[in-house]
Amino acid sequence: MATIELKNVRKRFGSHEVVHGIDLVITDREFMAFVGPSGSGKSTLLRMIAGLEEVSEGEVLIDGLPVQNVPPSKRGLAMVFQSYALYPHMTVAENMSFSLRLAGVPREERDQKVRSVARILEMEPLLDRKPRQLSGGQLQRVAIGRAMVRQPKAFLLDEPLSNLDAALQAQMRLELVRLHRELSTTMVYVTHDQLEAMTMADRIVVLNDGRVEQMGSPLELYKNPATLFVAGFIGTPKMNFLDVEVKSASAENLTLAFSNGASVSVLAPAQRLKAGERVKLGVRPEHVALEQDGELPGEIDVLEHLGPRAYLHARLADGTRLVAQAPGDTPVRGGDRVAFRIRPEAAHLFDGSGRALGRSGPGG
Amino acid sequence: MTGTRAAKRLRHLYPGLLLAPSVATLFLWMIAPLVMTLWFSLERYNLLSPGKRTFAGLENYRYLLANRALWVAMGNTLLLVGWVLAITLVFGTLFTVLLDRDFPGRNLCRLLVIAPFFVMPTVSALVWKNMLMNPVFGLCAWITRSLGLGTVEFFSHLPLFAIALIVAWEWTPFAVLILLPALQSLNPELKEAARLDGAGPVALFYHLELPHLLRPLAVVAMIEMIFLLSLFAEIYVTTGGGPGLASTNLAYLIFRDALLGWDVGRASAGGVLAILLANIVSLFLMRVVGRNLEESR
Amino acid sequence: MRNTWQARWGLTIAGWTVALLMFFPILWMFVTSFKTEITAVATPPALVFRPTLGNYAAVLERADYLAFAKNSLVVSLGSTLLALLLGVPAAYSMAFFPTRATRGILLWMLSTKMLPAVGVLVPIYLLWRDLGLLDTVFGLVLIDSISVLPIVVWMLFSFFREVPAVILEASRMDGATPTEELTHVLLPLSTPGIASTALLSIILCWNEAFWSLNLTTVKAATLTAFTASFASPEGLFWAKLSAASTLSIAPILIFGWISQRQMARGLSFGAVK
Repeated sequence: MATIELKNVRKRFGSHEVVHGIDLVITDREFMAFVGPSGSGKSTLLRMIAGLEEVSEGEVLIDGLPVQNVPPSKRGLAMVFQSYALYPHMTVAENMSFSLRLAGVPREERDQKVRSVARILEMEPLLDRKPRQLSGGQLQRVAIGRAMVRQPKAFLLDEPLSNLDAALQAQMRLELVRLHRELSTTMVYVTHDQLEAMTMADRIVVLNDGRVEQMGSPLELYKNPATLFVAGFIGTPKMNFLDVEVKSASAENLTLAFSNGASVSVLAPAQRLKAGERVKLGVRPEHVALEQDGELPGEIDVLEHLGPRAYLHARLADGTRLVAQAPGDTPVRGGDRVAFRIRPEAAHLFDGSGRALGRSGPGG
Repeated sequence: MTGTRAAKRLRHLYPGLLLAPSVATLFLWMIAPLVMTLWFSLERYNLLSPGKRTFAGLENYRYLLANRALWVAMGNTLLLVGWVLAITLVFGTLFTVLLDRDFPGRNLCRLLVIAPFFVMPTVSALVWKNMLMNPVFGLCAWITRSLGLGTVEFFSHLPLFAIALIVAWEWTPFAVLILLPALQSLNPELKEAARLDGAGPVALFYHLELPHLLRPLAVVAMIEMIFLLSLFAEIYVTTGGGPGLASTNLAYLIFRDALLGWDVGRASAGGVLAILLANIVSLFLMRVVGRNLEESR
Repeated sequence: MRNTWQARWGLTIAGWTVALLMFFPILWMFVTSFKTEITAVATPPALVFRPTLGNYAAVLERADYLAFAKNSLVVSLGSTLLALLLGVPAAYSMAFFPTRATRGILLWMLSTKMLPAVGVLVPIYLLWRDLGLLDTVFGLVLIDSISVLPIVVWMLFSFFREVPAVILEASRMDGATPTEELTHVLLPLSTPGIASTALLSIILCWNEAFWSLNLTTVKAATLTAFTASFASPEGLFWAKLSAASTLSIAPILIFGWISQRQMARGLSFGAVK
């Protein structure tokens, strides 16, 4: 049972502020992901929740009670570290029961708890081994097991999968999601990989440079990115961004001109724009189609073959790069001169400061 | 909430509390005796006539600085340090490079080369003085006589050099002890790349191994200097500073004044001068080690 | 590579020559300890002789030799223990709670080692005399632990820094108090480093001559003072001296051989990995 709330949390190292006034609420039992590039402050935020970093300003509340001055072990949280941080001189079982041993829990109870967690994680045969005898995936399991034994109010995970190879990562992602469902406990997950966040989380917080760019469900962030940063960060391959100029604006429609003169008509956004204004048009590759008389002519640079799909990386006349999704058997090759059409209803508009311009119609 | 605020303050103090005893001990060790030495150096104070203790200003310093003995001792100190450093660093490097190569029994050789460092300085000095350098019974004399070269009376004719030799024998192994692991940490791929580029063993040494060893060499030099400036046991055991002042260094001079002449005042003044000398040397060294710390962080 | 086997032969000869030359004085002393006194001073030096254990028997019979040995042992162990008690918390504090002052403090500690012992010989002698510490084992332990403290702190600091901070954070999350962090996690993990620090400290204290010679006379004298007392030889006694010397240096030699790799790491302040 744990709701975690951050109120105007700031972190300063000396006079340098790295986390600027963050407010957010993590509701009970939810899987919340903190996503962002390195240096965005996501790990710092997690560590402040854990109590491993001091909060320079603001409040951290767990179940309504402020915990900034409470030492980490008394907050009822458990952490899974990126490098697992297992005690090399202890066996797996001792690693997992360490916290209970410190709390004075009697041996039988300790052993029983460790065994039941080991059963859930399917790692009973590993209990007597030392960390140096285990593989990456096994070490990861032990780290999770150590956290589980404490039966915490919430789990804090700091990029736990980043040291595993790709295949193992994919597998562990699913296992973590399954675990979350089984344990029904709040999980706060930090990662720089937006794919991980998208596939695992109930809600995502996108952080950049110590600030929250956007908070919402994966689908929300995908369909309605609030800023240029979120639009470009979420989704693989990245959203295409094209510089356009407003040709004419009415109450319902907006006509935008590309650099090559071609124009496209989109639904007018809530904010009124004037002719001559420059904005950015964002459109995802799956909404860009190869079409004979499309408005955007260009030359194919590289093709990415993914079996059922292919991504065509092209260069437009003015040098802008464009990525379009196409069926896997599309008969094009590098060097071909082609043209693209974008789906106007799927376009996103961003103003000069990177904010999304809200649309008055349904989103794409 | 006040409870936790106090706990928080204690948490801040905790590292300091851990550090305090060591710092306090060393601080006391520095300050108390230092102040006393300074004070005594300004007094005319002889333990043989303790009643006649008077303030004498800079008299002790004037006496010392005018006296030939101090300058000879200082000169000997610097000579000793210089010789030993030169021998240990040069031979230490050469031995290290040799022991880094692969040959049968290399590890045993390493142990044998390192051994002298662990021998008590008094024992080292005794062995060299009596069994090796002794002009009558010593091994060196026997060798030189067999070769028709007569005898070298080490401690009569070359006392300071003889001591430097003994100390160099003790400390060259130390240089090897530190330098060898450093050399072995040199990435073997670098050596292979250099060899492919056509580098012979001398070029390898000069362009690869030597630069890699510069930092540990600095560390070796620094540690040796710390110990060599106050060299004592070997002089005490072999020559007693003689003949005359030929093998007296600053440390021995002060010891002589203090515990043989019982002249507290003069010995303290000598001590202050020794401290000054050490400070000048250490200031120079601190910059080197300070740089080490920065890079290794 | 041409002449590889020749190069290898050259290396082997060079290597062994250097090793034997360096070790020779110790070897010679060891061999002499098994000779009779007359054989010991024979010229040309006797290489073939009938070995005897008589010298060792004579040395060990001397009650005062055993007393000196006991003093050396007690002083070395005592000083090391004291230095560790002071040094472990200090190194822990600086390795895991570094502040801007940390580097300065470390350098300052090193600089106290630069203070030539002879510079404070007088006040220490007088102080020890007035405190009744002259010619006591405790007095020697005190001064030796102070002498060796900066090195102990340095070595421990460099070993502690090799323990990943995340592991200590994990123990903090698991509920460990700072003391429990130290005892349950840090110390077990840095045991090899602490061991070699202790060994180096024992070696330095065992071989320490300046204070042993100046602050002790009869009761608390160590083996260094004992061996130094033979500076002016009277009569034939080299074989026995060799035996006594061998006994005095053997344990330390073995200690040194065992721990030399670890010591090199710690001593070079991180310049060597």
